[in-house]
Amino acid sequence: MTLSAQIMAMTTVASGGGESLSPFMTGFIVFILSCFVGYHVIWNVTPALHTPLMAVTNAISGVIVVGALLIVASETGQDVTYLGFFGALLASINVFGGFMVTRRMLAMFKKQK
Amino acid sequence: MSADVFAFFYLISGVLFTFGLKGLSHPESARRGNTMAMLGMGIAIFTTLFDPNVKGYFLIILALGIGAVIGIIIAKKIDMKAMPQLVAAFHSLVGLAAVLVALGTYLSHRATGNIDGVLMTELFLGAFIGAVTFTGSVIAFGKLQELLDSAPVVFKGQHMVNAALGIIILILGVIFVATDNFTALIILTLISFVLGVTLIIPIGGADMPVVVSMLNSYSGWAAAATGFTLNNILLIITGALVGSSGAILSYIMCKAMNRSFISVILGGFGAEGEAGDDPVAAARQKGVKEAAVEDAVFMMANASKVIIIPGYGMAVAQAQHAVKDMTEVLQSKGVEVKFAIHPVAGRMPGHMNVLLAEADVPYDIVQEMDEINSEFSTTDVALIIGANDVVNPDAKTLKSSPLYGMPIIDAYKSRLVFICKRSMKAGYAGVDNSLFTADNASLIFGDAKTTCEKLAAALHDA
Repeated sequence: MTLSAQIMAMTTVASGGGESLSPFMTGFIVFILSCFVGYHVIWNVTPALHTPLMAVTNAISGVIVVGALLIVASETGQDVTYLGFFGALLASINVFGGFMVTRRMLAMFKKQK
Repeated sequence: MSADVFAFFYLISGVLFTFGLKGLSHPESARRGNTMAMLGMGIAIFTTLFDPNVKGYFLIILALGIGAVIGIIIAKKIDMKAMPQLVAAFHSLVGLAAVLVALGTYLSHRATGNIDGVLMTELFLGAFIGAVTFTGSVIAFGKLQELLDSAPVVFKGQHMVNAALGIIILILGVIFVATDNFTALIILTLISFVLGVTLIIPIGGADMPVVVSMLNSYSGWAAAATGFTLNNILLIITGALVGSSGAILSYIMCKAMNRSFISVILGGFGAEGEAGDDPVAAARQKGVKEAAVEDAVFMMANASKVIIIPGYGMAVAQAQHAVKDMTEVLQSKGVEVKFAIHPVAGRMPGHMNVLLAEADVPYDIVQEMDEINSEFSTTDVALIIGANDVVNPDAKTLKSSPLYGMPIIDAYKSRLVFICKRSMKAGYAGVDNSLFTADNASLIFGDAKTTCEKLAAALHDA
């Protein structure tokens, strides 16, 4: 109930007013609603899988790689390229390492024969 | 492609990530969930390649390629016992990447003259949260890897120092936003690095599950802040999902230790217990009964139900495979065997479950504290391997105990309790345990692995 009430309230904000929203406000609405989605989804995760949960959140937070990709080849300066390159490299370790280790762990969970 | 098309594909990624997390509600659906999350990441990266800001692919492929090789090698080699450290190390990478992206985004926007107060505020927050996450995770990694002393590092006026650093960062942030001064952003980032260190050093080893969860949360908020600077909804969605995940795990961990989040953050808890001169002699003086392996074997072989309570001691001794062998022998004799897991057993949430799964213990006989506690009154033997504080009945009865109020596994309610222990050293929290002197309890001294191997071998012959 709380969640649907929130969505209703937010949609009203988003569609009312007549003027278009600032990018910040759009982002902020997405952020708040995603927190609610996260809250509900995470409470349903079985405690037995809390370690894989952390590993997979490691992997998906590597999506910050997108931010690095947007600047690495933007041709706005040498220093920007360096920053973007190392950012992309580090985040890529997270993405590949995080997903692979999660996969490895999940493969270990077997039922009683 | 228009901005709407990008947003649409990013939204698909975000939805796939959400399904990935949702899958973790059960081991069977978890693997499919992980694949969906991987697909989401693929879509996200592929979509980004079409962004007008991406004017070349060489460096991108190089960076992703190097990262992929390093990541995959680590993921394949890592020992499951070392998962907490690995997770901390991964958090630090997200933190540092957030800092680099924030600085790079600022310079890039300055070059194109496309900068305003909102963006600078978001950059300030991104750099700050990223920097704290980075060094905080490095310290957590050092403590978990035992490169640093896991005992809390406390000094006078610590909290004042942290508060002062916070205020300086805030002032520099205001200067940066108001005057567009890049040096202010750099200095505040450096001070945030220091703050990350001073925030985590006072937190002791016993509270590590909370710290790891908390840094998980921070890494999410860092990604979300970066999403705001880039007006990228996928980063915002993902950051919020990860941020709330870490926050919920921190809450669960705090509750399982009966600690408030604030008291964990303030630190100073969990000094290591002092080792006695001769542990066995000291134990006998305390009135502890000692059992031989044969006693335990006789009781377990004739039991109808045995519950094993593993703790971090099992992982340290690498005893999980011996435990699994013992389980199989008992099952072949018709004994019902179950495992009871306390939420803070191990050094991160769910750590024990992964270690047992690695040793091929089926997940359906491994149960959480709340599920299994009612079964101890009908259990013949509770076998405790390398756990201490989480089975301490003082937490229920002794008001003066530092553990008082902490939920425990009710091992003491079973007919007999055997405790495999290396020594009479107090637990991680440095507290005595009255279970060791209880009438129905006996201790088996020795290394957990050796003891479990002996138990398995003797049971086989019994």
